[in-house]
Amino acid sequence: MAAPRDGTLSWFLALTLGVSLIKFLLIKAYHSTDFEVHRNWLAITHSLPVSKWYFEETSEWTLDYPPFFAWFEYGLSHIAKYFDEEMLVVQNLTYASPATILFQRLSVIFTDLVFVYAVCFSSCVKYRVCFVTMLSLKAYFVPSFVLAVLLLWNFGLLIVDHIHFQYNGFLFGVFLLSVARHFQGRHLEGAFLFAVLLNLKHIYLYIAPAYGIYLLRSFCLIQDNSDGSLKWRNFSFIRLAALGIIVCSVFALSFGPFLALDQLPQVLSRLFPFKRGLCHAYWAPNFWALYNAADKALSVLGIKLKLLDVAKLPKASMTGGLVQEFQHSVLPSVSPLITLICTLISVSPALFSIWHRPCGARGFLRCCVICALGSFLFGWHVHEKAILMAILPLSILAVESKDDAGVFLILATTGHLSLFPLLFTTPEFPIKILLMLLFTLYSFTSLKRLFRPECCLINTVESVYLSGLIPLEIFCELIYPLTSWQQTFPFIPLLLTSVYCAFGIIYSFFRLYGILLRGPRYTTKRKSH
Amino acid sequence: METWAVASICVLLGLTARWTVSLNSYSGASKAPMFGDYEAQRHWQEVTFNLPVRQWYFNTTDNDLKYWGLDYPPLTAFHSLLCAHIANLINPDWIELHKSRGYESPAHKFFMRATVIFADVLIYIPAVVVYCLYLAQGSSKTKSSALLCILLYPGLILIDNGHFQYNSVSLGLALWGVLGLGCGHDLLGSLAFTLALSYKQMELYHALPFFWYLLGKCGKLGLTGKGLILLVKISLTVLVSFALCWLPFLFDPQQTLQVIHRLFPMARGLFEDKVANVWCSLNILVKIKTLLSVDTQIYLSFGTTLLAVLPSSIKLLMKPTFWQFRLALMNSSLAFFLFSFQVHEKSILLAALPACLLLNELPLMSVWFLHTSTFSMLPLLLKDNLFQPYIITSLGFIVFSLYLFSAVDRSSVDDLRLGPCCRLTGTNFLWFSFSTVVKLQFALSVLTMAGLSFMSAALEPPAKLPDLFPVLVSACACVHFLGFLLYFNLVQLTESPRSDKKKIN
Repeated sequence: MAAPRDGTLSWFLALTLGVSLIKFLLIKAYHSTDFEVHRNWLAITHSLPVSKWYFEETSEWTLDYPPFFAWFEYGLSHIAKYFDEEMLVVQNLTYASPATILFQRLSVIFTDLVFVYAVCFSSCVKYRVCFVTMLSLKAYFVPSFVLAVLLLWNFGLLIVDHIHFQYNGFLFGVFLLSVARHFQGRHLEGAFLFAVLLNLKHIYLYIAPAYGIYLLRSFCLIQDNSDGSLKWRNFSFIRLAALGIIVCSVFALSFGPFLALDQLPQVLSRLFPFKRGLCHAYWAPNFWALYNAADKALSVLGIKLKLLDVAKLPKASMTGGLVQEFQHSVLPSVSPLITLICTLISVSPALFSIWHRPCGARGFLRCCVICALGSFLFGWHVHEKAILMAILPLSILAVESKDDAGVFLILATTGHLSLFPLLFTTPEFPIKILLMLLFTLYSFTSLKRLFRPECCLINTVESVYLSGLIPLEIFCELIYPLTSWQQTFPFIPLLLTSVYCAFGIIYSFFRLYGILLRGPRYTTKRKSH
Repeated sequence: METWAVASICVLLGLTARWTVSLNSYSGASKAPMFGDYEAQRHWQEVTFNLPVRQWYFNTTDNDLKYWGLDYPPLTAFHSLLCAHIANLINPDWIELHKSRGYESPAHKFFMRATVIFADVLIYIPAVVVYCLYLAQGSSKTKSSALLCILLYPGLILIDNGHFQYNSVSLGLALWGVLGLGCGHDLLGSLAFTLALSYKQMELYHALPFFWYLLGKCGKLGLTGKGLILLVKISLTVLVSFALCWLPFLFDPQQTLQVIHRLFPMARGLFEDKVANVWCSLNILVKIKTLLSVDTQIYLSFGTTLLAVLPSSIKLLMKPTFWQFRLALMNSSLAFFLFSFQVHEKSILLAALPACLLLNELPLMSVWFLHTSTFSMLPLLLKDNLFQPYIITSLGFIVFSLYLFSAVDRSSVDDLRLGPCCRLTGTNFLWFSFSTVVKLQFALSVLTMAGLSFMSAALEPPAKLPDLFPVLVSACACVHFLGFLLYFNLVQLTESPRSDKKKIN
């Protein structure tokens, strides 16, 4: 939309209202089993004592989020009882009365207000605090408008939270608030918020290394030598102690009760279920998807060339993509430890980089994105939804530098397209196409306009790759189901999507590394419209 | 941002709103034995696909006219036939003769919803885009604001994609007609309008302004020279396109008469259900529907309608400009809605189309009218379980249209184009007080409508008055519409030649 030019927040309220109305309209849309997962957690936390929360297993969807999230559900359940008491009974499996659906959907929409507040904070306040010197007052408005749209109208958040059903908006809100605190230099508050976030959803462990290094380097070390080298004498143990006390007390508050009940091993085994396979049923578009695909290709090739014996191959490998446990037939199998090592290796250069050459909060944010992407690419049993952890923080960087904007376009487009298999029902097909087009069109045109003097953001090869997503989607969703292969090889479209998107995501990972090591080029002069 | 990008974003938003509304229930969902408009449209596919053309409009053993008999002009029937052929390719059960009655399934719902969206994309939305980008005046911001607001107008979305009808086809064709006339392509414009009229007879509401505008234009060119040639060309275009649409029914006079009889069912009485027009509202005080004979009712409604359209028609004939034409469309369709015979609540959409075209010039009144028109269909929407999308889309429409046009601030005498009227009558408003009064009235009216909406949805009516809320809603809307009729007539009739030039430039 044409950006209005007044200094007030009316445009922000209009954006919020617009996206909230779309969320309300999506109440009637399809919801996945995650809906039942959260209903079950409401029931567990409402009707059972704390000591049984992590033991209850009437439903297969046991509580596997950290304690703060359980308390969050406990709080929600006290509002839920005014909508429909029946949803709070543990035995009522797959209970979904209209009142239940309305309540659950509304709970997502209203807890999203945390996210809205955080976006308002990071897109408006942040600019006023930090960049007023950099951008003239008139110009700062346009990037903050674009940023607000990129965050609030994010395609992934809309379909994952408001169709598929999860509470990511609220969690990202806490995360963005924590990042904004670091931008303001209020590190203790930032650390506190992040500790809370870790206890709401432990997937944020992906970016914990970035937080750790950043806080040690930029907060605990008060001052550098004039030549930029480290000066250990300036290490402030008081600050470290303050950090430690804050983080530890948050964790104590969260896990303390379970430690006292002697249930910590049980809680942890619920939080980290390594019994699940390397990849989720639908392969997230990461390194292991390529690894699996290569394995499958090699085994097919081996059988064709009579190098391999069909009888000796593991049985599941030919129906792969449908089973949780994927056994490799040619390439060596991968254990959780190997994925952990790969992840650490992939993110360590970024961590070293911000240790040796901290680029302020922006460098920290870039390191967060790299950590999230590294864990996404090499982690154990990664969900496709985790890509949002990289896309959302990267939007903040994208409105500031041309390089980041280019990476953002590639990462967001491929990452969002890889979310398509989440919505496989027919009535939702037009919605995902429309919302995706809306977001992609906006992000491309607005970012291009933002950096217009410096021409194109992505090169020819990249744009060819991105346009390849269109025929891929048409083939997978429209043509393939009409062919006879749909019956025999139903997993082919999913496999194609995840392999194709994996290339784009791995590529953006390397490009981000390039920017981090070289240092981004910031544009100082920007057109105001 | 480039205009095409903004326009596509508006279109995508409009489509998203349409599709998300279409996830909701439709008219007569699982309400055997008669179901609703959804079943009517499906039944027409069944009839047109399985029966020969000459049986379509007749009561036969295979075609029970009492069960959703075809009562729209031939183009609708052809459209149903086309949809039926596609349905037949996907699943022949959907249109099997007799056996498919009341057929409902998620896949069929998806198909039907998709046909509506497809017609939207093909006819209505391009017309709106062309109008806003090429014919509407103002900066690129106002143009895209108008585009967004027209595409998000809740009334049409709720009826077409919620309740289930194909109004966007007839309205889209009529809009193409308006576009043709606005761009000076009179022949193409009259062709498009003839198609609209052959799709839905209710387009007659718009027919008079088309007629007077073209006649006035011919008159201006000189009825003995160029004007006559143009007039002959236009009449030929209209006659030939009519003949082509009605071809299968023209060979037998009995067929033609039967179709016309089906299109204008005089026996159905002055009005049905609760409509926000004058007769239904008068009926609360005086039971005219039972007091007067059907013939008297017809003469009465005919006479009053004619009287109500007359002033705007004469003015248009004298002064055939595009601005006058749009105002006349508004006045004529509103007069027809308020006074004519056998009006449906959905017919207000015909008046909503010209109101959309006036958004740029008269933002506050158009938004107000469009909002009222959606509100007037509330009883119908409640019946279809569409209250939730009604609230959401209405809220979105009113907030965004007021915000994008800063409509509330544009409420002075001149903004409302009442300046000439005041000068004529010698009324001397203090500018400040006038706009405050308008704002207050607007706020009061929106609050009343919101209050009535929530009361209708939440409260049980007293046992003695089961129709209390629908009656209140339609009476309230009717009062509004009368006010709008007066206002738009004032604007049209008092427009002076001098201010006209300013507007055209």
